[in-house]
Amino acid sequence: MQRHVIAIAGVELELFEFGEGRPIVFLHGASGFVPEHPFVAPLSARHRLIAPSHPGFGASSLPDWIDAVADIAHIHLELLDRLGLDQVDVIGCSIGGWIAAELASMAPKTVRRLVLVGPVGVKTGPVDRLDIPDIFALPQSTLERLLFHDPERMRTDPSRLTDEQLGIAARNRETLALLSWEPYMHNPKLPHRLHRVTAPTLFLRGESDGLVSAEYLAAYSRLLPNARTDTIAEAGHAPHLEQPEAFAAMVLAFLDAGAVS
Amino acid sequence: MKAWHFSENAYPYLPPADEYESIRVSLPNRIYDPEKGAALYDRFLDEWLIAEDEGMEIMLNEHHQTATCVDPAAPLVLAALARLTKKARLLILGNPISNRRQPVRVAEEMAMVDILSRGRLEAGFVRGVPYEVLPANSNPVRMNERQWEALDLIVKAWTNHDGPFSHEGRFFHYRAVNIWPRPYQQPHPPIWISTTSPSGAARVGAHGYVQATFLTGFDGTRAVFDAYRRGWREAGRGSDVPVDRLAYAALVYAAPNEADARAGAEKLLWYITSNKVPPHFANPPGYVPVQANVAMLRGAEHPLSAFRRAATVEGAIDAGIMFAGTPDQVHQQMKKLYDHVGGFGHLLIMGQAGFLEHDETVVGIRTFAREVYPRAREEFPDTAISGVA
Repeated sequence: MQRHVIAIAGVELELFEFGEGRPIVFLHGASGFVPEHPFVAPLSARHRLIAPSHPGFGASSLPDWIDAVADIAHIHLELLDRLGLDQVDVIGCSIGGWIAAELASMAPKTVRRLVLVGPVGVKTGPVDRLDIPDIFALPQSTLERLLFHDPERMRTDPSRLTDEQLGIAARNRETLALLSWEPYMHNPKLPHRLHRVTAPTLFLRGESDGLVSAEYLAAYSRLLPNARTDTIAEAGHAPHLEQPEAFAAMVLAFLDAGAVS
Repeated sequence: MKAWHFSENAYPYLPPADEYESIRVSLPNRIYDPEKGAALYDRFLDEWLIAEDEGMEIMLNEHHQTATCVDPAAPLVLAALARLTKKARLLILGNPISNRRQPVRVAEEMAMVDILSRGRLEAGFVRGVPYEVLPANSNPVRMNERQWEALDLIVKAWTNHDGPFSHEGRFFHYRAVNIWPRPYQQPHPPIWISTTSPSGAARVGAHGYVQATFLTGFDGTRAVFDAYRRGWREAGRGSDVPVDRLAYAALVYAAPNEADARAGAEKLLWYITSNKVPPHFANPPGYVPVQANVAMLRGAEHPLSAFRRAATVEGAIDAGIMFAGTPDQVHQQMKKLYDHVGGFGHLLIMGQAGFLEHDETVVGIRTFAREVYPRAREEFPDTAISGVA
C-alpha cells in the first residue's frame, strides 16, 4: 500500500494505492476510505486500486471554493491526468457513486467500465416525496436500520475509535452535509448529462438498502444508455463493507468480463 | 442599564410531551388552534405595550416551526409594534440572516420599521439555533461565513445613498442594490449580534456591535464578554469597552412577596423544561466545530443544552440564568452576575413563558419596572466601563 498527498486546485488530496494491473478507481461513500476496508484485498489482487479521499473527507483538505459534488469530480479528473491514466474502471459508492456519475458525464471516454453502488445524485420520484430519506433528520437508531442489513454487527462503537478517527468521522459528516443539503442528494442537471455515459455500467444495491430503493436504482440506471442493475443479498447501503467477498466477486466479474487483458 | 421586555410568543396548549417527538421542527400544526393563537398575539402585544408604559424597552425574536415561539416573521410584529408604541426602543434579536436567502430584503424590512417607528429600531442579527436549519432548508455548514457576508451587505445597503451598487460575493449576488426607504437613523440603526460562544464574540467586539448572550450563566457569560472585550481592544477601538455594548438575557420574575415570586418563577421554567428536541434536530452536521462533535461522541453535553441542568428555580438562580424573587432579591441576584461578568448595559428579560398568565406577567413587568429598574439604573449606569472590577 502507498499513501500520497497530491496538491490539486487548492486541495491537499489524500490518495491510497494498492496492487498492480489494470487500474480501478474507488470513490468512497460518506463514511470515507480506510486501507483496512475488507474489499481492498480482493479488488487489488490483480488490479491497481486507486482510492482518493474526497476533499473534506479523511485527511484531504477542503478549500473554501468547494461546495458541490461536481467540484470533486473535477478534482478527480485532474488526479487521473496527474497519474497519466487515460482510461480507468471506476467504482463509486453512495455519494461516491454520485461523484463517479458526474465524472463520467464530464469525460465519458475516461471511464472504461463503471460500477455504481447504492448511488445517489439524481431525483427520479415525485416532487412531494424525498427519493432518499432525510439522513440528517433521523434518529441514529433509525438511520442504522436503513444503512445496514445487520445493524448489530455493523454499528461503530465510538468508544473504540481514537479522537483522530472520531474527528474524521465528524468532519466527513459535515462535508457530506455541505455537498448534499440542497438540492437534497441530487444535481437536477445530472439526468440530462448521463446520456453521454456510454461505458457499460453496473448499478448495484444491497437488498436491504433503506436509503437507495430498488425503484430509484432502476430509474437511475435507465438514464444511462448501457446500464444494468443487480442486487447483493444480506447487505444494506454499504454492501462493500457488509458483504465484501460477494461485492468484490460481483464487481470483478463485471469489470473483467469486458477486459481485453 | 436598559431593561427590555422580551416575550417569545409561545403557544403552550400542547399534548403531554411523551406524545410527541419534538416541540420544534416536527410538531404537527393541527395542535395549533387559530382562535387561541389570535388571542395570544393580542395578549402578548398588550404586554409589550404595558412594558412600554412602565418605561421599559421592547424586544422580540424569531423562530420557525415551533410552539416555543410562534413568531416566524418577527419583522411583521415589529411593524405592528412600530405603530402601536410611541417611545420604547424596538429590538429585534434577531434576523436569522444565515437562513434568509435575501439579505437585501432584510435591509429593506429593517429600514421600513426604522421609518415607521421614527428611528426607534435596534436591529439585531442572529445565526439561528440549530433547529432552524431544517425549516429554512439552510445548509448548517459555513453559516458563520454566510452571516457575516449578509450583515456587511445589509450595512452597505443601509448606508449607500448614491444609486445602485453591485455585490458579487461568496454567497450572495446582486447587480443593483438601491433600497427604498433608507433608514431613519443615521448612518444606520444600532446593530446587535447574539452569540453564546467566545470565538463569535471576539469578532462582534472587533466591529463594536452590541453583543447579546442568552442564558449563559456566570462563567459562560464572562467568557463571551471577555472575548468581546479582547476583540474590541485588538481591533484598536480603545482600551475602554462601554458597558452599553453588552447585553444579557435571563429569565426574570419579580413580585412583591416571595410566594408569588416563587410561583411565577416556577412557570417561567417552561422554556427550559418544555424544550424537548431530539439530537438529530439539535445538532446538524457543521453547526458546531468538529472538536465539539468529538467531545459529544465521547459523551459531553451539547453546548446549547447545558442550561437544561438548571430545571429548578434554585438551580436556575444558582446558574445565573434566572433572577427571581422580591425586588431586593432580584437586585442582589442581578448584581452578583453583573459583578462576575464585568458588567452589562442591557438586561433582556424573558418575562413570559408557558402558562404564566397575563395578570401574572403584568405583575412581573410592573414589579420589576417600579421596584428593581430604578435602582438598577442608578447602580449600573449606562456610562460605566465594562470589565472593571
